[in-house]
Amino acid sequence: MDRIKSFDDLKSLRDDLVKAKNESGLTRVSVSMATCGIAAGGKEIFEYFKEKLETEGLENVEVTQTGCMSYCYAEPTVEITSPDGISRIFGDVDKSRVDEIITKYIENDEIVEGLITKNYINVNDISQKEGS
Amino acid sequence: MSYRKQVLVCVGPDCEDSGAKLLKDNLEKIIKDKGLKNEVKVAKTGCFGCSRTKGPMIKILPERTLYIGVEYNDLTRIVEDDLINNKRVEDLLYRDPKTNELKQSIEDVDFNKKQIKIVTRNAGSIDPEKLEDYIEKDGYLALGKCLTQMSREEVIAEIKESGLRGRGGGGFPTGLKWEFAYKSPGEKKYVVCNADEGDPGAFMDRSVLEGDPHSVLEAMAVCGYAIGSDEGYIYIRAEYPLAIERLENAIAQAKEAGLLGEKILGTDFNFNIQLRLGAGAFVCGEETSLIHSMEGERGEPTSKPPFPAASGFWGKPTNVNNVETYANIPVIINRGAKWFKSIGTEKSSGTKVFALAGKVNNVGLVEVPMGTTLREVIFEMGGGITGGKKFKAVQTGGPSGGCLDEGDLDTPIDFDNLIERGSMMGSGGMIVMDEDDCMVSVARFYLDFTVEESCGKCTPCRIGTKRLSEILNKITNGNGTLEDIDKLKDLGVVIGDTALCGLGQTASNPVLSTMKKFNEEYMAHVIDKKCPAGQCTALLQYTVTPDKCIGCTACARVCPVNAISGKVKEKHVINQETCIKCGACESACKFAAIFKG
Repeated sequence: MDRIKSFDDLKSLRDDLVKAKNESGLTRVSVSMATCGIAAGGKEIFEYFKEKLETEGLENVEVTQTGCMSYCYAEPTVEITSPDGISRIFGDVDKSRVDEIITKYIENDEIVEGLITKNYINVNDISQKEGS
Repeated sequence: MSYRKQVLVCVGPDCEDSGAKLLKDNLEKIIKDKGLKNEVKVAKTGCFGCSRTKGPMIKILPERTLYIGVEYNDLTRIVEDDLINNKRVEDLLYRDPKTNELKQSIEDVDFNKKQIKIVTRNAGSIDPEKLEDYIEKDGYLALGKCLTQMSREEVIAEIKESGLRGRGGGGFPTGLKWEFAYKSPGEKKYVVCNADEGDPGAFMDRSVLEGDPHSVLEAMAVCGYAIGSDEGYIYIRAEYPLAIERLENAIAQAKEAGLLGEKILGTDFNFNIQLRLGAGAFVCGEETSLIHSMEGERGEPTSKPPFPAASGFWGKPTNVNNVETYANIPVIINRGAKWFKSIGTEKSSGTKVFALAGKVNNVGLVEVPMGTTLREVIFEMGGGITGGKKFKAVQTGGPSGGCLDEGDLDTPIDFDNLIERGSMMGSGGMIVMDEDDCMVSVARFYLDFTVEESCGKCTPCRIGTKRLSEILNKITNGNGTLEDIDKLKDLGVVIGDTALCGLGQTASNPVLSTMKKFNEEYMAHVIDKKCPAGQCTALLQYTVTPDKCIGCTACARVCPVNAISGKVKEKHVINQETCIKCGACESACKFAAIFKG
């Protein structure tokens, strides 16, 4: 990344990045790849997702890695975020579940097995103007 | 083909017992009978986190309606009213216990929102190898704000006001620590991050280092600005290679972007960070040992005072904080001390990350506001005990902590309450035990660990912990006496009072707390020579129950030491002297004729 020259430049960069993310129109597949996720097979799932999406010809889906999602009991875990920001987490993901997630959930919004209900509030989602 | 409605049935391990699987099957049948199979999908989902009091639960999409305590008799109504006529079944909705309001959807219920992710806000949602992802989540804005809008004194005042206390276990007020380093005279000062995370079963810091490395870098830079330092070190255990890789990557990226290094964000502030790797010594999690290890010496503690804030790395003022403590800093700067103080309890503000492990269904990390009870963490977020067994104890604080029992479950977790109850919060390890765990064996495990890790410098720890470990091994081998129990108590107290550092000072906590709360188990081991939990093999006996034995010889054939005698169709007998208590016979017997006890 190019050198950020000032605090104002940093804030503008942040605004640009937020805008780009909201307007990307992409579905994001995020695979948990902390040590626990990798030990449970996260890397294979990551590669398989990329492979399968290509053979299915789905171009507006991005596959990325992330750290520990805290659901260690259900690794490998995957978070799918739709272009309008709705995200769901699936656990115990194996290759057949990847197939299901792609053909049923991503293409058709159909919930498949392994859904984990998010059970927390993330401070990133609390608007700063609210103050509390 | 898209479904008009989707019904999610919670089939978590707890709900499964209350018939959730059967409920799902019945629901599917009703839907099929009503001809709705192509319009409505029924799917199994994981635990909603309610703990048994509210299950079974059903969630309907797309409205996100949540029904609780659903029984077989309710299913037809749900199908007819909600699925067909789009009318919510009001008497199945969740009623908030505090406000008495009906809550329509899962997003509004309180029991699902007891966790607040501050420290783990980004881990799990950003790519830790992309600086852009961190910036998109307001990364480095706190550093920018400090450098351009706040004086060093204002930064320290903000951290002091927030009430943040050290998350590594000591609980020392962070702002005050920074102020000491700030006030210490001298041009050269250092910022150190303790990323050694030595407690067995603790992985909170690892998740931040692997999932959100930039948050630590940013916080260290803020600290550097505040105390007047331009050089930072992260002391990280070598057993975390992925975290090391991601940190090195993050440091390089930050430098390239002008967020670390010279003239950060165009200001006059310089700050560089390097890594120093540990080499497997638990004692190096203690700050003075850590500093000596960084200096190239053997990791041994030195007496405090002087504290590192006055004289630390290379004798210069040094601020040492834990990973989790640092991870809170950017959020405090961005949102303000007042906001941070509004979470948690009066004396312990903010959240704490716990690594929930052991006999719980949902092992993993939970981040809860201070003041959340142990019961909520273990039975709601943790999903209860595996296999439906009975809760026995929870060990908190690693080798420095103690065990808490059923009577302590409603204790609000914070720095002071757990100490009052005979344990401590420590760095956040929380190991849950059930009826099959032997508390004497647990104490022995921790003492064996401490003996291995003692640096040997001071006599109370070097010799004292060894003696404690020997006595505990004696007891679990069936050779303990009542005198040994007294010795454990006396020795435990003396070691705590006289050891040089925290490792020795807290080494006897596991023994003393289990002796206090589980005295009957110690007595059983020493007087009856029995292990009530059935874990200490030396105190177990495998015997053949003559009434059940049909002489099939299956046990004799698998015994690795030929300890079982008996002819075909005759009752078999196990020779107790030869038996090595491996349990192979019990597994092989199809007639439940082998008794373990």
